Amino acid sequence: MGGANRRLARSGLSILAVVVAFVLLWEGYKLVWTAMGWENPVSPDDRTMPHTWDIFLTLFRPAQRNGPPFILVELRAALMTLREAFVGFVIGGAVGFGLGVLFVRSTMAERAFMPYVVASQTVPIIAIAPMVVVWGGRIDLPQWLSVSLIAAYLTFFPVAINTLRGLRSPQPTAMELMRSYASTTNETLWKLQVPAAMPYIFTALKVSAAASVIGAIVGELPAGLRGGLGRDLLQFSQQFTAAPEKLFAAVLIAGLAGIAFVGLVTAIEHRWVQANRRLIG
Amino acid sequence: MSSLVVEARGVGKTFGTGDGQIEALRGIDLQIDQGDFISLIGPSGCGKSTLLRLIGDLVGPTTGTLVVNGKTPGQARLDRDYGIVFQSATLLDWRSVQKNVELPLEIMDFPSEERSTRATEMLDLVQLAAFADHFPWQLSGGMQQRVAIARALAFRPSLLLMDEPFGALDEMTREAMQQEVLRLWGETGTSVVFVTHSIPEAVFLSTRVVVMSPRPGRISDEIIVDLPRRRDQDTREQSKYFDLVIEVREALRKGEAGGAAT
Repeated sequence: MGGANRRLARSGLSILAVVVAFVLLWEGYKLVWTAMGWENPVSPDDRTMPHTWDIFLTLFRPAQRNGPPFILVELRAALMTLREAFVGFVIGGAVGFGLGVLFVRSTMAERAFMPYVVASQTVPIIAIAPMVVVWGGRIDLPQWLSVSLIAAYLTFFPVAINTLRGLRSPQPTAMELMRSYASTTNETLWKLQVPAAMPYIFTALKVSAAASVIGAIVGELPAGLRGGLGRDLLQFSQQFTAAPEKLFAAVLIAGLAGIAFVGLVTAIEHRWVQANRRLIG
Repeated sequence: MSSLVVEARGVGKTFGTGDGQIEALRGIDLQIDQGDFISLIGPSGCGKSTLLRLIGDLVGPTTGTLVVNGKTPGQARLDRDYGIVFQSATLLDWRSVQKNVELPLEIMDFPSEERSTRATEMLDLVQLAAFADHFPWQLSGGMQQRVAIARALAFRPSLLLMDEPFGALDEMTREAMQQEVLRLWGETGTSVVFVTHSIPEAVFLSTRVVVMSPRPGRISDEIIVDLPRRRDQDTREQSKYFDLVIEVREALRKGEAGGAAT
C-alpha cells in the first residue's frame, strides 16, 4: 500500500513539474519577446498570449455578470460532453470489436470491408457530422445521440484495427493446441484469442477515449447542441480578441475532461492486469 | 482385436501448389502398438514433425491412408484421443499453472470439481503441486514444459504426441525431463510418439526408433530398442545402450547417403 502511495505522489510531482515548466516557458517567452520587441512567430502581447495567472483566475471569476464561476459552468458543460463521448465510446468500441472478430473469422470480409474502414477515417469529421445530425433528425433521434454517433465514428477505427491484430497475436502452436482439443471457433475466440488481444484492445481504448471527446465536441457544433463544451469553445473563439483568457481556460477544461476519460480507461486496464497476473506472496 | 494406435500406409504429404511444391513425406508405412514409445529421428527437413502433425490431424495427408485408434485422424482428434506437447510450452500467460492444466478440461466440458481434482492430480504427477497458483512466467523452462505435459495428459488421452519437447532445454534439465517422461509413460500406459533430433534421447526413451531421411522425407530404418522398460541413469552407461546409439547413428548416416543418391 505504501508503495502505491509513493508511486502516486511521485507521478503527481512529475505532473506538477511539467505544469511549472510550461508556465515558466510561457511567461519567459512573453518577457523576452516583449523586451526585444519581437513579433514572430507569436506576438507576446496580452491579447494573443494572456498571462497564465489571468487564465487561471478566469476559472474562478463569474462566467456571466453575477452568474456562477466560470469553472463551474464549464465543468458542467464538460460533464455533458463526456456523457455523449462515453455513449459514443461504448457504441464505437462495440462496433470496432465486432469488426475485429468478423475480420479474423473471414479473410473475405476483411478484404471486402477493410478498405472502406480505412477510407472512413480519411473523410473529415466536420464533413460527416452535419450528415449524421440531419439523418438523425429525420428519424427523431435525440440530438445528443447524434453527437454520440459522431464520437463513435472516431472511436471504432482504432478498436477494430487493434482487436484484429490482437486476435491474431497467439502463436500458431497455441492455435494448434486448441485444434488438438477439438475446440469450437467460439471457445478458441474466448479462451485464447480475446484474452491474448486484451493488451492491444486496451491500447486502442485509450486512443478511442481521447478521440471520442474530440468527436463529441465537434459533433455538438452542427447539432447546435447547447450546454456542452463544443458550443462554448466556439463562442469563446469568436470572442478571442476581447477575452482570450476565456478560450484558454475552456481549452484547459476540455483537456482535463479528455485526460479524466483516458485515466479512467487506464485505471480499468490496471485492474484487469492485476486480476489476471497477480504476483504470488 | 487390433491394438494398433497408429497405422500409416503409403502416406505422403506435399505442401504448396504449382512451382512452389515441396514433397515433405513420401511412402510412409508405420505401425505403432498400444503402449509403444516411438521416437521419430532424422535431420531437419526429413518431415518428422509433419508426420506427427498428420497423426494429430493438424495437417492432412496428400496420399495414402492413416488410421489413428481405428479411425481417421480427424475423428480421433474430435474424440480427443491424443494430447500434444510442442517445443515451446505454449502456456497461456494470463492463466495460473492450475488453470492452464484445466484448459483442455474446460473445453471438453468436464464439471468444475472434476477439473480441479484432475489438474491437482496431474500437477502432483509432474511434481509441481506447490506451483499450482503461480503464473507461467514465474517458472523455469523445464517447469513450464512439465506443466505442458500435465496439460496434455489431463484428459487421459491414449496417445501422447511430443514435438521436440526438450529441444529448448539445457542438458541437465533435459535428462531429468527424460526420466520424468519415462516415469509418466510407465504410470499412465499412454502410447507416445516423440519427435527428436537427439540420438541418445531417442535411444534412452524409446521402445523403437524410427529413422527418417530427407528430400523427400521417408522412413529409412527402424531400430528396436531392447533395453528393459525400466531405465535410469545407469542405463546411459550400459554397453547395450552405447551399441544402440551407434546403430541409430549409422542408420542415420546411411539414410542420408541414400537420400543423396536418389
